[in-house]
Amino acid sequence: MSPWRIVFLKEVRENMRDKRTMFSTFVLGTLLGPVLFAGLIALIISITLERGEKPLELPIVGAEHAPNLVAWLNNRGVKIEDAPADPEAAIRKREKDVVLRIPAEYAQQWREGRAATVELIVDRSQQKAEQTVGRAERLLAEYSGQTASLRLMVRGVSPEVVQPVLIADVDQSTPQSRGGMLLSMLPYLLILTVFAGGNYLATDATAGERERQSLEPLLINPVSRGQIMGGKLIATFAFAVVSLAISLVAFSLTAKLVPVEKIGMVVKMGPVECALLFLVVAPLGLIGAGLLTSVSAFAKGFREAQTYNTLLIILPAIPSMLMALNPVKPADWMYAVPLLSHQLLIEQTVRGEALVAWQVAASIGATLAIGIVIALIAARLYHREHLAISA
Amino acid sequence: MIELTDLRKTFGTVKAVDGVSFTARDGEITGLLGPNGAGKTTTLRMLYTLMKPETGRISVDGVDIARDPDSARRKLGVLPDARGLYKRLTARENVEYFGRLHGLDEATLKQRTDALIASLGIEDIANRRTEGFSNGQRVKTAIARALVHDPRNVLLDEPTNGLDVMATRALRKFMLQLRAEGRCVLFSSHIMQEVAALCDRIVVIAKGRVVAQGTADELRALTGETNLEDAFVKVIGSEEGLSL
Repeated sequence: MSPWRIVFLKEVRENMRDKRTMFSTFVLGTLLGPVLFAGLIALIISITLERGEKPLELPIVGAEHAPNLVAWLNNRGVKIEDAPADPEAAIRKREKDVVLRIPAEYAQQWREGRAATVELIVDRSQQKAEQTVGRAERLLAEYSGQTASLRLMVRGVSPEVVQPVLIADVDQSTPQSRGGMLLSMLPYLLILTVFAGGNYLATDATAGERERQSLEPLLINPVSRGQIMGGKLIATFAFAVVSLAISLVAFSLTAKLVPVEKIGMVVKMGPVECALLFLVVAPLGLIGAGLLTSVSAFAKGFREAQTYNTLLIILPAIPSMLMALNPVKPADWMYAVPLLSHQLLIEQTVRGEALVAWQVAASIGATLAIGIVIALIAARLYHREHLAISA
Repeated sequence: MIELTDLRKTFGTVKAVDGVSFTARDGEITGLLGPNGAGKTTTLRMLYTLMKPETGRISVDGVDIARDPDSARRKLGVLPDARGLYKRLTARENVEYFGRLHGLDEATLKQRTDALIASLGIEDIANRRTEGFSNGQRVKTAIARALVHDPRNVLLDEPTNGLDVMATRALRKFMLQLRAEGRCVLFSSHIMQEVAALCDRIVVIAKGRVVAQGTADELRALTGETNLEDAFVKVIGSEEGLSL
């Protein structure tokens, strides 16, 4: 048996016996993502449904100054409420999302044909109130527009004169692509899983061995250090890949549980999609294993390695977090860049778009090539004289 | 047989090993005696290929270790200063792991492991995980692990460190057995009595240099002291860092 396989089998066996490692790697690490994800999506769905279906509740100050406007709003299904005593305070304390104030001059301005001012008291920093405020604004704009059209028609002018541009909204999003918007978090979570899955083993197998003084005896064996490092690296990779597989199954199950179709979305995470996602993301495990092993070999002690590796796990997720916030237009070269290509391919898969073979091949090829380079760097670090010296 | 010629190693400005030469012969126990920090561990680390000497030559059974480190490693059984075991593996599994890395086939591996477990008297703990082992049990397991490939040359870096009287006695007996089997045994210690009691030849090392070497009688003659203890103190130049 070649030495790297002996090292690989020993690392796997030893770590399988550690219940804490197994639990944190394969249960906590893999399920936290899907559960968080499902919870968040369920929350978004419930908020969207609630807001969209419930009648708008609109407290009005000075409703007596504009009976026509109030009656019109009432007709449009708005629930008119009595205004709080101090509307500004009510908004600041977040008791109300929006309050409409009709000043006493309203009636006078209206009669004179001047622009009659109404005030919407809002707090623009309140994300939760955004939708309610938007609905109130649209209703008022509609009322204003209707009245304007009526006034023009009374004067024999077509309302079209004052509306030179008419915007027709032709939405090209499909239910899948809208689901993909929610799913933009998924690449982040999957990349995190594949790095985190190997973290414990990589830190333990190099920095931990040194700390426990077993690395020195190990390196005295008549085996090249590259082989020893290789066995540990492949064990790390194996743990990362198994984590990813478990996580994908969990994602697939939770995606079924969350009623995304209620808001007209489809999230594609069936067996085929999961297999594709596995194929695309697994090669990243090699980069992860190489980086984690390099850092563990470079760090002075176990604690130091642990600290660096924890940071290292979060780093690759930064590009995908940025992409989730600020999506870019896919260009061909991006498919040859690890992380970037993963972001694009994962999103395309869960949106139900067909993957292009060369794009998948480019991503896997580039990721494996860079992974091998990093593994060679780890092997170089393993050859440092300093590495073996425990104390 | 192990031959070291003019080894040097510096760490920064510290000359840890400064021109060490000596020979350890087959069928003999050679003791490397010196105070703490004299350069014993560094000398041994160069010998078992973990560190590269800046100058000098080391040969093990005639093989230059710089030229063929793997072949030299096969001829050496090493109990280093660092003797950590894998705590989630049993004693036997710890030994087998190293045996496999030495390329032993499964039949030889089993036979060697059984023999070592018997001769070290650790049958009762062989199938227990090493977590919670006493110091003595740990050292014995580490020695079994170091000797699983049946090496002709055995290096032990301060093997009795941290052991109680019973474990120390058992270890000394085991070293005599290794000598009786015709092996070359080289061990380091800062304990004078131990070296005096066990060794056929003694190499006294201080401040990175060999300050004296020879049999116990030769050392006594060299220093003109009848007491070996006084002889050691005289060649080292101080009592600092030595134990009785």
